[in-house]
Amino acid sequence: MKDYHYTGAVENRFSPYAFNGGTVLAVAGEDFAIVASDTRLSEGYSIHSRDSPKCYKLTDTTVIGCSGFHGDCLTLTKIIDARLKMYKHSNNKTMTSGAIAAMLSTILYSRRFFPYYVYNIIGGLDEEGKGAVYSFDPVGSYQRDTYKAGGSASAMLQPLLDNQIGFKNMEGVQHVPLTREKAVQLVKDVFISAAERDVYTGDALRICIITKEGIKEETIPLRKD
Amino acid sequence: MALSTVLETPGAGFNFDNAARNAALEGLFEGGQTPKPLKTGTTIAGVVFKDGVVLGADTRATSSDVVADKMCAKIHYISPNIYCCGAGTAADTEKTTDILSSNLSIFSLNSGRNPRMVMAVNILQDMLYRYHGQIGANLILGGVDCTGNHLYTVGPYGSVNKVPYLAMGSGDLAALGILEDGFKHDLELEKAKELVRAAIHAGIMSDLGSGNNIDICVITKEGVDYIRPYKESEYKDDRKMKYKYRPGTTAVLTEKVVPLNLEVVQEMVQKMETV
Repeated sequence: MKDYHYTGAVENRFSPYAFNGGTVLAVAGEDFAIVASDTRLSEGYSIHSRDSPKCYKLTDTTVIGCSGFHGDCLTLTKIIDARLKMYKHSNNKTMTSGAIAAMLSTILYSRRFFPYYVYNIIGGLDEEGKGAVYSFDPVGSYQRDTYKAGGSASAMLQPLLDNQIGFKNMEGVQHVPLTREKAVQLVKDVFISAAERDVYTGDALRICIITKEGIKEETIPLRKD
Repeated sequence: MALSTVLETPGAGFNFDNAARNAALEGLFEGGQTPKPLKTGTTIAGVVFKDGVVLGADTRATSSDVVADKMCAKIHYISPNIYCCGAGTAADTEKTTDILSSNLSIFSLNSGRNPRMVMAVNILQDMLYRYHGQIGANLILGGVDCTGNHLYTVGPYGSVNKVPYLAMGSGDLAALGILEDGFKHDLELEKAKELVRAAIHAGIMSDLGSGNNIDICVITKEGVDYIRPYKESEYKDDRKMKYKYRPGTTAVLTEKVVPLNLEVVQEMVQKMETV
């Protein structure tokens, strides 16, 4: 309502992107990794779906969480799946988490001038069986982390994880290593808090727990309003 | 004897005194973006029933994508027989209804009567039209006066509609679906309350800008029943772990104690009359 009068030809540009909301989170432990995401797909103030999880299983030891523009998330995961198959057929072995992360970085940068509007976080086990988390930006910059939150409520979740997992800003607290049960409970609590204050996060929480036994999935309900 | 006028007649024509100031202010902020006002992103609804009017509202206030207030009151008091639901910019709905309420109480005191709905609607329409849409207030007024039960809606540009049922806010389409399906003239009280509750509930579930609890206000000739909350949200946050910090967890880097030297200048004891 800034302009009080019409100032000539108005052009409404078509935007190739849309923001579909959603939050993703990954935590790496000593011998496990957790990738969690909410299942709400929204656009503007409407809900498209209450059951659209954002974690995609890539291999037996790697899960990727993608949030942002859903169209690009779907295409990107299809491309990653195809590349995984090609690698398997050429090299006769499954790609490791680190290799997938490096490959994703090149895939994203190849679209530097028309980016995939996706915030990716890969969670899995590295070659030594230790938990690994790799976080990306939309054009392919990545690094290995212990824990990372991405998506619409990332700014709310990341400080809490910094405090509870990284023991930041606390004096005189014992640095206990994170157990799997405590990590899962922390992830659930953190998403319940995010659903309270972020309108794009809610409906249900899908948690993928990756251990050397395999990938276990758990779904718990969140606020639907 | 000078009767204080109900409304100070403003200067003729549109008042755009602040437009130049706003344009100058924009240059001072980084990125040229003035601070975003808190919008309520709401579902509000009103229904006229046999004995009066039922108004309903959700209780979530959003500041773009973040929930700023989980229990905000969107049904405002105007006069003992008139209440108003507000959607749009939170400050605008608050202040506009406050100003209206003050003016109507001056009128009541002067004339010894409860104000009529049409008076409230006219004052609102005057004010909002004068500001040419700059005041972002979408209001649903409901009330009972000597002429009957009325429900009006006033838009930010000053448009007025008299209706038997209505929903406004970002969740209005979802709520209107329920109202269109269930509304009949001369409903009973319980049916009317249930209809409004279902309408707000539809808005809460389908709209991301609405949520949390449902407030209801029933206005009849006998009086007003303001039920807050009418229906609490079924989603309670149940975090399993306790997040408590021992005293001493936050590091103290420096400490500086400044003693305040107070001098007693005068001592006076005044007894309060308590009957």
